[in-house]
Amino acid sequence: MNFLNVIACIKQVPDPQYLSKITIDPARKTIRREDVPAVINPLDKHALEEGLKIRDEHGGRVTVVSMGPPQAELACREALAMGADEAILLCDRAFAGADTLSTSYSLSLAIKRVGVFNMILCGNETVDGNTGQVPPQLADFLNIPHVTRARRIEFTNEGKVRVERSIEYGYMVVEVTLPAVIAVTREINVPRIPTVSGIMEAHQREVKVWTAKDIEAEEERIGLAGSPTQVADIFSPEIGRKGEMLRGEPEEVVKLLIRRLHELGVI
Amino acid sequence: MDFSFTPEQEMLRKTAREFAEREIAPKVDQMDETGEVPMDLVKRMGELGFGGVIIPKEYGGTGVGHLARIIILEEIGRVSAAMANTLQIHHLGESPIIYFGTDEQKKRWLPSLATGKKIGALALTEPVGGSDVLGIQTVAKKEGDAYIINGRKCFITNSHISDVCGVIAKTGEKELTCFVVEKGTKGFTPGREEDKFGLRGCNTGEIVLENCKVPVENMIGKPGDGLRTALSCISNVGRPGVAASALGIVQRCLEEAVKYANQRTLYGKPIANLQAIQWLITDIYMDYEISRWTAYYAAWLRDQGVRCDTENSLTKFWATRGAVRCAQRLIDIFGAYGVLNEYVPQRLLRDAWPLVSAAGTSEIMRVVMAGGILKKYA
Repeated sequence: MNFLNVIACIKQVPDPQYLSKITIDPARKTIRREDVPAVINPLDKHALEEGLKIRDEHGGRVTVVSMGPPQAELACREALAMGADEAILLCDRAFAGADTLSTSYSLSLAIKRVGVFNMILCGNETVDGNTGQVPPQLADFLNIPHVTRARRIEFTNEGKVRVERSIEYGYMVVEVTLPAVIAVTREINVPRIPTVSGIMEAHQREVKVWTAKDIEAEEERIGLAGSPTQVADIFSPEIGRKGEMLRGEPEEVVKLLIRRLHELGVI
Repeated sequence: MDFSFTPEQEMLRKTAREFAEREIAPKVDQMDETGEVPMDLVKRMGELGFGGVIIPKEYGGTGVGHLARIIILEEIGRVSAAMANTLQIHHLGESPIIYFGTDEQKKRWLPSLATGKKIGALALTEPVGGSDVLGIQTVAKKEGDAYIINGRKCFITNSHISDVCGVIAKTGEKELTCFVVEKGTKGFTPGREEDKFGLRGCNTGEIVLENCKVPVENMIGKPGDGLRTALSCISNVGRPGVAASALGIVQRCLEEAVKYANQRTLYGKPIANLQAIQWLITDIYMDYEISRWTAYYAAWLRDQGVRCDTENSLTKFWATRGAVRCAQRLIDIFGAYGVLNEYVPQRLLRDAWPLVSAAGTSEIMRVVMAGGILKKYA
């Protein structure tokens, strides 16, 4: 495979290490992000790492595309520190309130504006939204194939990629032609830690900021207006704990336990 | 007055923390048990550029400065003070070359020290003691275009793992001179390796110099510059480095104390509700804030090019003694669990203690501070 243009989509999310500290704002129906540090969505970091690995091995260029508020620039800088060649942030009030559909639409326009691309890598899902919808929707907008739950990517001689997809009891091997969207899982790699010089350089480089106008987005298809999904309510579930004691001989108890778990729909 | 860090410094902290938690933490128990230096981690710190933070760009470093260095050391020290001390002594070993070396010497040694391909150390202390600098007995005699060094250095951090070692030797009755001696030089051998109760996994030992022939080109400055070189490097690099390692311990004590006090219940409620525990925690907190702000301030002064020996001594004094106090408080909070080897408080105490005498005892810190104070406020 010759020179590859890889695009890695990243999202800035609340640091999952602080999940227990996240609270909900019932009026705005959003989570309060003030006291929680923001990080690159963990799976997106794996996507970026895979892009960097592919570039290091085959040559090419990794462009990071993100959408978010102005502070998401930091996530882009971190991606540059890890080694991305270019970072683009879609940042405009008009994008606010986007659901996965309007996000995918906006990202697809940005990617088209980037120009040539061979592979688009995404995390399979984010820790905040957790829908896993953006990668397939993005592929649809770009009219290219997609593979989700990728745990390994290798190039075949025919210029295709062979992807191992994690499935419940093992994995599935699929071949896909490029360009394609590939959504990765955490098994795929270990993201690199930026070096001191990487960090220093990243802060001297430009993070390109594109507005809705820059990507020529149709107004009614972006942000809240372009989002068919609207949050009706958001709440923290009340978790009531209840103990249940199973008594008897070990074998008997195991049978009882399995039956009970089946009844509860746990297994 | 602006107390915020730059975005670069914030990202450096995040990176150092990620490295420490992901790569050092899994090896801490093994280091404590065996006392062996995990050389793979030393190499990793080099690859990440942690070794080159005070080395200027033109010599292969990043020159991000002393405050950035403190941040990195603090984050590593929070997970392993032993690794932090290994790194900070590497910086100390580089410092005579950075601040007093010739352009040629800088070009020769700094690039490989910046990337961690070579490890640094500085050998001053001898069995007669470290505080009595002029009392050292290692002698360097000039013979043609070389010096022949004879003597024995002790309590030298990185003694057995360093490749480039600054050696302070007497070239006259009251004349000290600094030489760079490379690993493999004939007559330069690590001696006894010390078995410490704390900072295990950070190597401390003797360096034996026996008719060790070092070319004149390896001399830093001129004959007689050694005292100034050694004192300046120890004050500006060694002491803040020890302080930052200790600061990491203090921060860890605070985190562990709060976590445990919120989890452990007594009388039907978390012990964090008990005033006795709250006082212990606030005492840890005070040591934490004082240690970190004095450390940042001293490093910031240094980055501004302002002389800061008094401040370096202040932060070294406070952070190291604070680390011992905080680890003791943490053990008190944990009760009997605090002294069990499977819990962290006892290790923090063992790691804190050796830092108190490193790079100058508390008494010497007071002497240095007194010198500065009496002059400044006269």
